[in-house]
Amino acid sequence: MIPEAFADGKSVIHSIDPRIKVVLALIYSFVVALSSSFVILLSSLVTSMVLVMVARLDAREVLKRLAVLLGFILLIWMLMPLTYPGATLFRIGPVAFSSPGVILAAQISLKSVAILLSLMALLATMSVATMGHALGILGIPDKLVYLLLITYRYVFVMEQEYQRLIRAMKIRGFKPGTNLHSYQSYAYLVGMLFVHASARADRVSKAMKCRGFTGRFHSLWQFEPDPRNRLFAVIMSLIIILMTTVELWIQTIHS
Amino acid sequence: MDSNNTLINLKDVTYKYPGGKTVLDRMDFKFTKGDRIGLVAPNGSGKTTLFHVIMGLLKPSSGTIKIFGKERRKEKDFAGIRHRMGLLFQDADDQLFSPTVIEDVAFGPLNLGKSKQEALDISRKTLDYLGLNGFEDRITFKLSGGEKRLVSLATILAMQPEVLLLDEPTNALDASMKSRLIGILQGLDLSYILISHEFDVLSETTHTFYSMEDGKIFRDDRVHIHTHQHSHKIGKQPHKHI
Repeated sequence: MIPEAFADGKSVIHSIDPRIKVVLALIYSFVVALSSSFVILLSSLVTSMVLVMVARLDAREVLKRLAVLLGFILLIWMLMPLTYPGATLFRIGPVAFSSPGVILAAQISLKSVAILLSLMALLATMSVATMGHALGILGIPDKLVYLLLITYRYVFVMEQEYQRLIRAMKIRGFKPGTNLHSYQSYAYLVGMLFVHASARADRVSKAMKCRGFTGRFHSLWQFEPDPRNRLFAVIMSLIIILMTTVELWIQTIHS
Repeated sequence: MDSNNTLINLKDVTYKYPGGKTVLDRMDFKFTKGDRIGLVAPNGSGKTTLFHVIMGLLKPSSGTIKIFGKERRKEKDFAGIRHRMGLLFQDADDQLFSPTVIEDVAFGPLNLGKSKQEALDISRKTLDYLGLNGFEDRITFKLSGGEKRLVSLATILAMQPEVLLLDEPTNALDASMKSRLIGILQGLDLSYILISHEFDVLSETTHTFYSMEDGKIFRDDRVHIHTHQHSHKIGKQPHKHI
């Protein structure tokens, strides 16, 4: 199961219109991803941290998620300075650390942490269902939205089916190994999952037909107007515009 | 019997699975308003297939199907009347596909062209009726098995059907959930066919028993008086069986 740890909350950010949050998260991520000056990257990191604090997310959960990302970042720090061509910053014995490599690794680290934090604050503070509806209203094609929603609904059912099959194998003494029998059993397992998924899809579609489904979805979703929506949108937009302007200004100075 | 009261009338209906065996073999079946039929038959005898044929989900290879007094042949004929017949699927996970309960219950009414507000009103009323107040925003896949069953019943009742086709509704429910469902069925002013293997459920919710064999359906009025032995704890104490 995907626990939506941040979806329920009482903070200001939780009560902001999901559409605004989706749009802001998208623009903000782009701006951060395309910036390169450390002033901007550091301030985006601070902005994201403030957002996480305003959303009052559980610090332990936040760190748990960051830890996954930090694994990748570590890998980048191990590879980039050694492989990126450019002036040597320092040497340890025969190993040379390139200066552009270190800079790039630092940029990537800052960007990824800032973006991940902002997504936790802006996107994870709504349920997947809400996000689907927000995307629908924002003009994402119905088919894609319902692909997302129905995947989210049935991925757990599929997981249960997978667990059931695995259990059925285990209670009969199946131990995975590097042999043809294991590969064959896994192939059967995957095959069965596909068969189950297709049979399930058939039944779900029949059930939908029985309730008058003709290919068009109607949404019940409504978002209450709230003055805080506009305030939040204005503040975030100002931050984004400021960041973009400063970044562009720094880039013109350097060029 | 007044023919206006005949809701479902199957004549000579045959259904074969592609490349498989004949499940319904020139079956005749009549279902009248007010009927509450219990359908008891061995696994694989075609009970679910019969339901799907009645709903027009499976097309028979021959025979005529009359529902609400008119012959129904094509998908279009069935599409217009499906909401008047509520089919409760065996597995509630097949029926509940929306993220939240209220969306799932409102799905049917919205498809019938009701406005958002009407759909919400109907859905809330149905949930209330089934004792499911406060379930609106619950996530469907996080419900317990019994709750899922009740919510799927709600999704069907919200369409305000005239007939219910219930495919093992009490299957895998615990005793308290079962008696709750029995109470609900008894309180409904609807005709229904109920597939079940549980005789306590059948005797409390249905008037007549039908069975299926060799692709045919027949009324099973034979009452078998019999005694059976049983054991239970503290059986030595004087006690009664009701």
